[in-house]
Amino acid sequence: MTATETETTVSLTIDGRTVEVVAGTTIHKACEAAGTDTPTLCWAENLTPVNVCRVCVVEVEGSRALVPSCARPAEDAMVVHTDSERVRHSRRMVLEFLGSGVDLDQAKDLARWIEEYGADPTRYDQPDLPAVTINEPVRIQDDLYIRDYDRCVLCYKCVEACGDDAQHTFAIAVAGRGFGARISTEYDIELPDSACVYCGNCIAVCPTGAIQFKSEFDLRAAADWRPDEQTVTRTVCSYCGVGCNLDLHVQDGRIVKVTSPVDHPITHGHLCIKGRFGWRYVHGGR
Amino acid sequence: MTDLHFTDERPDPAEVTAADAAIGDAAVVVTETERLVRSGTARRRGSRHLLLPALHALQHVRGWISPGGLNHVCDLLQVPPAEAYGVATFYEMFRTDDPGHTDPVTHVCVDAACQIAGSEALIAELEAFGTHVRRSPCLGQCERGPATFVQSVAAPDFVPADRDRTMGTVSADAEPHVISQQGDPSLRLLKRVGVVDPTSLDSYRTHGGYEALARAITMGPDAVIEAVAESGLSGRGGAAFPTGVKWRAVAAEQGRPKHVVANCDESEPGTFKDRVVMENDPFSVVEALTIAGLATGAESGWIYVRGEYPLAAARLLGAIEQARGAGLLGPDAAGSGHTFGIEIRRGAGAYICGEETALFASIEGFRGEPRSKPPFPTTHGLFGEPTAINNPETLLNVLDIVSHGADEYRSRGTEQSPGTKLLCLSGRVARPGVYEVEFGITLGQVLELAGGLTGSGELRAVLLGGAAGSFLGPDSLDLALTIEDTRAAGTTLGSGVVMVFTTDVDMTPVVVRIAEFFRDESCGQCVPCRVGTVRQHETLVRMQRAGSITDERMVLVDDIARVMVDASICGLGQSAASAVTSALSLGLIGKPA
Repeated sequence: MTATETETTVSLTIDGRTVEVVAGTTIHKACEAAGTDTPTLCWAENLTPVNVCRVCVVEVEGSRALVPSCARPAEDAMVVHTDSERVRHSRRMVLEFLGSGVDLDQAKDLARWIEEYGADPTRYDQPDLPAVTINEPVRIQDDLYIRDYDRCVLCYKCVEACGDDAQHTFAIAVAGRGFGARISTEYDIELPDSACVYCGNCIAVCPTGAIQFKSEFDLRAAADWRPDEQTVTRTVCSYCGVGCNLDLHVQDGRIVKVTSPVDHPITHGHLCIKGRFGWRYVHGGR
Repeated sequence: MTDLHFTDERPDPAEVTAADAAIGDAAVVVTETERLVRSGTARRRGSRHLLLPALHALQHVRGWISPGGLNHVCDLLQVPPAEAYGVATFYEMFRTDDPGHTDPVTHVCVDAACQIAGSEALIAELEAFGTHVRRSPCLGQCERGPATFVQSVAAPDFVPADRDRTMGTVSADAEPHVISQQGDPSLRLLKRVGVVDPTSLDSYRTHGGYEALARAITMGPDAVIEAVAESGLSGRGGAAFPTGVKWRAVAAEQGRPKHVVANCDESEPGTFKDRVVMENDPFSVVEALTIAGLATGAESGWIYVRGEYPLAAARLLGAIEQARGAGLLGPDAAGSGHTFGIEIRRGAGAYICGEETALFASIEGFRGEPRSKPPFPTTHGLFGEPTAINNPETLLNVLDIVSHGADEYRSRGTEQSPGTKLLCLSGRVARPGVYEVEFGITLGQVLELAGGLTGSGELRAVLLGGAAGSFLGPDSLDLALTIEDTRAAGTTLGSGVVMVFTTDVDMTPVVVRIAEFFRDESCGQCVPCRVGTVRQHETLVRMQRAGSITDERMVLVDDIARVMVDASICGLGQSAASAVTSALSLGLIGKPA
């Protein structure tokens, strides 16, 4: 992280190493600059940090509780520990907690972190009293995307993408409280009746597959989802003049989903319904 | 006029009338400032802060919040329906499904003090009678459990203990509240309770009311803050933060609208002191908040009172209106040359809204989810603007400090904990109720003050500080009740709860219920608390069912406690394991002693 001449920098210590970053940089980014891998679930490059998953917590000397690295700006002379016993314990427990209540098998990086932190999500489920889980039916309400809240970790990313951070549609929000909290439309009405405009930006930001393309869902259901064999081809959306980049994910010669690069200056990873879903004509309709 | 999307559901005329009346009362203009917290800009836009009152109006008129009614409110306030639904489903007192009747619903408290006073038996009795019953978290009437609160449709909500059995008019006006220390000349905070007419500004003035404000205006803001700082007053809501430091920080903020808030969302199980003050001496809260506003340079004051305190809300509202009528609030408040007004907001059943940043979110019309700190309320509080938020008990102390000076104030209590403290005595004591004591009194002396133990058993445990506090054993009777001594002993005075249990009480259900309380009241935002409170409760239920603790279960409880303390966003999660772990180390779980 190199500062321009007009920017001020702060110097902090991360795991004993001194790191200099531009003022305002988060601890998480500073860790990245120091080459320290920090797990995150609810953080994304293109969204405002909500710091709710708490898997990125670090120990900052002088702070009683652990600190969410994704949201806290680095300060001069801050002393940060990312690998202390407290940090490892909290990360392990957060991973266990999530794994004990929801299905994480499609979540990117989760299996790796669970192993790295020695998390055992199964230890909460006992024969004398099964651990309560989310237990929601898969919501299939149209041909474009599905919602499977048994996979939802309530990271708020979809709500942010639907609202303030991208689409400003506000079709979904968190409803209920505590463990009963769910991402929901008003009165859980079906998506086609809701404010949803099918931009699919919620799909793009979902870290666990709780929201996914119907095409992906169907292939997975048929045990035919083979991401290793998929190719990704970057192109420009053919609909309007904005020039959004599309990444076409292709399996067996057919498009199976569409994303946009997060670092694209126009889209920041977000698309509209045409770019996201309007590709079926490529395959001649059917 | 709108680009919001609505379903076809329409409101009925009664819903329109009720919602319009609630929203039409808009008195506060909220300006837009920079985005520093999630949904930051939206928080300060327009009139969304009227969402909570509007939802109350809808709930009240039909007994639930219908899709049509919600659409109407959302259209008026320009709030997306999905977000408003998220807000409505956050609160215990709101329903978003048609209950199929418009009868009153009786909320019965099932938390510790009421639990051991027989709330389950009362519930069975009421249900046999055909009453609609809802099991409720602590209702703040622990001195007279089992407590009830009646939520009505198209009629005022009420607390049966405040009323005639005939559900007639409020009868609490007729009989003054009587506290055990009535007439004790050493009372400072409770001196007017049971003495003053809580519905009369004249009576308040006759009993010394508004003398402190007059003096504060003469002294000027800097001198008032200096006196508060010198007095050593610290927050009485549980966190014990120095009040003078808070006020000075807000006073130093310039160029943005500022707020002072009275946090009257008293919901810590076992706590009812603020209720007694608000119901019986409401003008004192209004006067003290006015002093806070003038001292910090805030023009808007807010009182957020929990939904289960209808009498307190009514009395406070009456006090605000009379003060406004007498020129004590408004432009040139009390002749100070400064504008100061007070808005009152009624909560709707959510323990978490007593957490200061959750309370801000609730007022703003968002879900009562706490924010990460920093930034702190003194710079980014209500609507993202500088805010001093205090508990009513804290505010009451200010009246005394301003009237008599910091030195006189410090003559009571200890060096590090000056002044007096309100304690909420409940459980197995002869005279439960609110007591005002000097800091430094021992736990044993407090029990004596309340008439000693009642019932057949010996002292088994005391829950100090509420559900977020911890259990102490009989060997703690010599503990001096000060902030420093309790801290050194690894416990907390918290909100002043002293709940007493004797050996004839089966403690296991009490502790399991405390775990369930946190499970029910977690807002659900952060993982450690949302899942940790559930897993903690499940583990305790297993201990209860098996009648054994086991090493494996102890490891789980300990692991869960550590992550909740270390990694939760707010104080709820950080203290959700406190009482449970203290109960385990005292051996309160398992077999009755």
